[in-house]
Order: sequence, then C-alpha cells, then structure tokens
Amino acid sequence: MDFRWDLVWSSLPTLLTGAKLTVQLTSIAVFFGTILGTLAGIARISSGLFKAVSAAYIDVIRGTPLLVQTFIIFYGLPSIIQRPIPAYVAAVLALSINSGAYVGEIVRAGIQSIDRGQWEAAASLGHSRLQTMGYIILPQALKRTLPPLGNEFIALLKDSSLVSVIALEELVRKGQIIIGRTFRPFEIWLAVAMIYFVMTFTVSRFVNLLERKMAPES
Amino acid sequence: MKKLVVLILTVTLSLALPTFAFGQGVLRVATEAGFMPFEYVGETGQLLGFDMDLIRAIGQVLGLEVKIDNISWDGLIPALLNNNYDAVIAGVTITPERQNSVDFSDPYFESVLTIVTKQGAASLASLDSLTGKAAAVQISTTGDFTASDLYDEGKLKSVSRFDTVADAMQAVIIGVADVVIVDLPVAQAYLDANPHAPLIAAGAVAANEYYGIAVNKNNQELLEQINSALIELEENGTYAEIYNKWFGAAAPQTN
Repeated sequence: MDFRWDLVWSSLPTLLTGAKLTVQLTSIAVFFGTILGTLAGIARISSGLFKAVSAAYIDVIRGTPLLVQTFIIFYGLPSIIQRPIPAYVAAVLALSINSGAYVGEIVRAGIQSIDRGQWEAAASLGHSRLQTMGYIILPQALKRTLPPLGNEFIALLKDSSLVSVIALEELVRKGQIIIGRTFRPFEIWLAVAMIYFVMTFTVSRFVNLLERKMAPES
Repeated sequence: MKKLVVLILTVTLSLALPTFAFGQGVLRVATEAGFMPFEYVGETGQLLGFDMDLIRAIGQVLGLEVKIDNISWDGLIPALLNNNYDAVIAGVTITPERQNSVDFSDPYFESVLTIVTKQGAASLASLDSLTGKAAAVQISTTGDFTASDLYDEGKLKSVSRFDTVADAMQAVIIGVADVVIVDLPVAQAYLDANPHAPLIAAGAVAANEYYGIAVNKNNQELLEQINSALIELEENGTYAEIYNKWFGAAAPQTN
C-alpha cells in the first residue's frame, strides 16, 4: 500500500498541540501524584487509621482501571457535588489519584528497603522518628525509588491518553480526529508513536541522569 | 525441536491471518455498533439496526453470506485497508477527503442533524442559534464535522468530542456542554431508549450529508455489485421496508 510521508509531516503541528496537553496533564499529575504517593507510602508503614486509609486507597485505585476512574470522576462526581466538573479538572484528578497509588507503593518499598539498623542508629544518636524519616531514611529511599518512579512517570505519560474519552484532545485524540477526517490511520498513528517516543525517551534519559547524579561517590 | 517451532508458527499464523474471502461466497463486513438505530448490539448479542438490515439484504441480493464484526470506530478503516474486511457500514459520512483513501458506495441514507439540549433550556432550533454555545459530539460523525465548521467560523465556543453518542448526551446532562449536535434518528433512538433523560431534540436543523458503504479502493468489482444491489433493493421495495422498520416513516424519494 502507498505510504504518504507528507501526511506524517503535515499532521505534526496539530499533533504537537495535543502533545502539549499530554505533557501538561502528565506534569500536573506527576506533581500531585508524587505528593499524594509520598503521603500514602509513609502512612502505609505507620499504624492505625493512617495505615488503614492508605491501604484502602492503594488497593481500590490499583484494583480498578484508570479508564473507569476517569468516567466515575467526570460523569459520577457531578451528580454528588451538584455541579459540573470541567474535563480538564476531572482528568487531572483521575491521573493524580491513580498515579498517587502506584507512587505510594514505590515509596513504601523504598522506605522498607532501608536497613532497620539505620533507625536504631539514629535513635541512639537522639533523633526523633520524624527526624530519622526526614533526614536519614527518605533521602536514601529516594535514590532507590528513582528507577521505579521513572517507570511510573513514563507509564503515566502514556496512560494519559485514556482521558481522551472525556473529550480532552491530547495526543491520541488529536490523532483520532485527523484519522476520522482523512481515513489515513497508518501515517497518523506512526506520527503519534514518534512523538510519544521522543517524550518518553527524554523522560527516561532525564531519570538516568538523575540516578547518576545521586549515585554515591565511589 | 526447530521443526516443531516452525510447525506451531505456521499453524498459528495461518489461523490468525484472515483469508481473503470475498468471492468465496462470504461478504466480510465491519461496523461499530454504538450508533442506534443504525447499528447496535441487541439484548441477546446480535447486531441490529438499519445498516445491519441493509447490508444483509445486499448480501441476499448478491448471493453472499454476510458476516458482520463489531469493532471499534478507530479500527474500522485500518481493518478495511488491510483487507481484513470487504466493506464497512457504520453510518459513515461520505466526504471528499475520505474518498482519497477509500471508495464509497452510492449514498444509502441522507443524514439530517438535530440539536439536543437540556429540557427547560432556551430553544435552539437552528445551527445559527448556537453562537457562544459549548457543543458535545461523537467523534468523526456528521455532527462532529458540522460542529467543527461552526467552531472554525467562530460561532461555537467549544467542541467536545466523545467516543459515543451516549457520552456526549451525558456531557449535556451533567452540564459541561450546552448542546449535542447529532443525527436526528440517532437522537430520537437515544431519547426513546432513555425516556427519563432530561433532554430534548429540536427537530431537523441541517441536511446535506450522506452515508455510504466504504470499500477498499482496489475493489471496484464489489463496489459495483453493492451499488447495483442498492438499486435493486430500492426498486423492489426492500429499502423502503427497512427504512420504515427503523424510522417509522416513508423513505424520502431519492434521485
């Protein structure tokens, strides 16, 4: 079959406006997801109510599809709070809440990977639990969680395409719109894939760089 | 061991690869069954609707067994271009741009658009009355194209494109959009199926788009057969029968 490279190039400007929204949504979701996830991860290894709430949050969010969560927030929540939620807000909410659950598990695993002896050593030096967590455990855990966090953010960047179902015109939806008009799926999906790859490749290189910067001096 | 691997690969591939069946008595058709009353999935899982009856009648005229698969809208044209299917019938609007990629049969349906609003909202009975409104549509439908044009002209405030008509309707119900621009029969079918939805359709507001059956560009033979079958169905009254069944009205005179 004929392949029209000119269509790949001519679709780029429109696709890039979609990619811009993809980056925006992902960045905001990474920001809130990291905050939410760190809190959830720490709460998960605490005790009592915090632990229970955090465990429930992580289980429910990880146990249900992001697509369904997006629908529930966009279509379901308005009838409860009695006012419409703009698609953009719904998308940011869904992506942040979803990402927070995964980040929570990454943070928990990171903290638990630090040897218990460190807690005891810090306590013997007179550090409180909070000081130990903030100054000793978290900095070390952060280094160990970087690779899985990088994974999570790359996954989030790609998963953000799911919010196209609530009419947000991110990269995938822009592609669908062009295909709907031109009926040229192969060229357009190739262009979409290329843009995603450039974005994820950039993120993964950036994470690698951070990892090297944070590696202990040898 | 190597032989076994080759054998397994050959068997699985030959099972996976669709055989080119048109001409072997089978017409392989793809649709996207989320467009009531043109195509939708009935309660027992069978594909129903105006398009479904029409393509089955075409198969009967041509002496072909019609096999219809319900796949996603995004998959329809790639599957057709790949020869996984012989034809696509899914309320597809004929446009010159699309004709660069696929061939369309003669028009089999004239699409009439309507405007759906929330009950109690100010009446919007024409496309000109939509200035400043936020529209919701099903992506890549006639309603989408019309809304996009209105947006480009600076009339509509925004266009939200959803995967299904039901999602677009829901957007108006929850208040993120003011109107749905959609084919009149589709709006009617939605309102009939959802009598409690707080929505109302304005009646016909624009009529200048046509649906066609999409066929691969290199399949002139099938295209001509479908067109001759359409003429025959029109002449022997079958088309009018199907039209009446789904739209409860006499078919408009064509040509």
